[in-house]
Amino acid sequence: MRLMIPRAALAVALVLLSISLGFAVARTTGIAAAADATASSSVVNVSIDNYAFKAPQITIPAGTTVVWTNKDDDPHTVTADDGSFDSKGLGQGDAFKHVFSKPGTYPYHCSAHPYMKGVVTVQGEK
Amino acid sequence: MAERIIDRAAFLECMAWCGTGVVYGLTGAGLVGKPFNAIDVAAAATVPGAGATFVQISDTHIGFHGEANGDVIATFKTAIDKINALPQRPDFVMHTGDLSHLSKPEEFDTVKQLLGTIKTGAFFSVPGEHDVINDRGKMYFSMFESASPTPWYSFDMAGVHALALTNVIDITAGGILGRDQLDWCKHDLSLQKPSTPIVVFAHIPLAAVYPEWGWTTDDYAELLTYLQPFESVTVLNGHIHQVFQKNDGKVQFYTANSTAFPQPKPGSRPKPGPLTVPAGELSSYLGIRDVTVHLNPGQIAVADATLG
Repeated sequence: MRLMIPRAALAVALVLLSISLGFAVARTTGIAAAADATASSSVVNVSIDNYAFKAPQITIPAGTTVVWTNKDDDPHTVTADDGSFDSKGLGQGDAFKHVFSKPGTYPYHCSAHPYMKGVVTVQGEK
Repeated sequence: MAERIIDRAAFLECMAWCGTGVVYGLTGAGLVGKPFNAIDVAAAATVPGAGATFVQISDTHIGFHGEANGDVIATFKTAIDKINALPQRPDFVMHTGDLSHLSKPEEFDTVKQLLGTIKTGAFFSVPGEHDVINDRGKMYFSMFESASPTPWYSFDMAGVHALALTNVIDITAGGILGRDQLDWCKHDLSLQKPSTPIVVFAHIPLAAVYPEWGWTTDDYAELLTYLQPFESVTVLNGHIHQVFQKNDGKVQFYTANSTAFPQPKPGSRPKPGPLTVPAGELSSYLGIRDVTVHLNPGQIAVADATLG
């Protein structure tokens, strides 16, 4: 798996930092995800497969890292509708990470195939 | 002009499949096609009264490494060999987009080097969505269209007035030309004589080929209104990796084969994407297009030749 942006490294660092400081690890019980979305600690994985985000709607606590992985041999992107994050082109097997630190609703799409849509809903930390 | 949506049945009915190839003779009265073997691509150039020629290639997808084609450079080289073997050196070659697979610098470099081996008078291109996926085309335009201050341009060559359009940036459903580009098209076309053959290049089809897969351009209908005054209009697109042809009034519309891999027929699978065909058959799904501009006004012959 290849990370596409430096921000990914930052994300890992932030997660490790929050754990080491004894902060409550973000809960993963709020995931309204289907298909093969899986949650581990404060990371949620979403696969991009057959021209779809396999967990098109997920709800996560603030501070959660979402990792998208493209399984298609056609490139896709994970692009926020408001431009706040953008994976740029992901080839087959490429992954993109983004840490959602602020509560809110984040609709996103694939810039190459705009009919591919997803939404990340970020809840406040409890 | 009424916007026409083609359902799958109609698509297949009017689709011109080229297992070996199809040659068309265009006249003002309509279009006549007959099958031809790939080797007969010379036929178009030997029609009495034939004049200049140009070649369209599309969707080379350099950088693709999927199952559908393990060596897209090799098939692109085969296509180039085919162009270089044409009986008449084409006045120009137009690449209608998706030169690269992932907009990587090394992919663009490879494409540029390979394009440099084509024997032709001039080279032009328009971007596909794969060429603008990282930076809205900044790198692509810096490498391939530095002469134009905008992502669209026109030129006069081979006896035609050609528009080279970009409809792959900020797409929301199908392709999109946008207000600025449409205004430019209207102005550019207003300067041409009605008898001048017009050829329009763009990556995503400028027709509703299959909107369910985004195989359309949202605002193409307005462009068609600006094309109505002309006696001969030929629209040549890529994107769908297969030959599709239809007449929209006076406008003759064609999509082209890829040199890299085919895509499914519309609706034949749940989704579009690289199609893996049986071993040994790939070259029959790939191809180039040789276009002859006849001396008689308004007559353009389009010949699709597969790579094998």
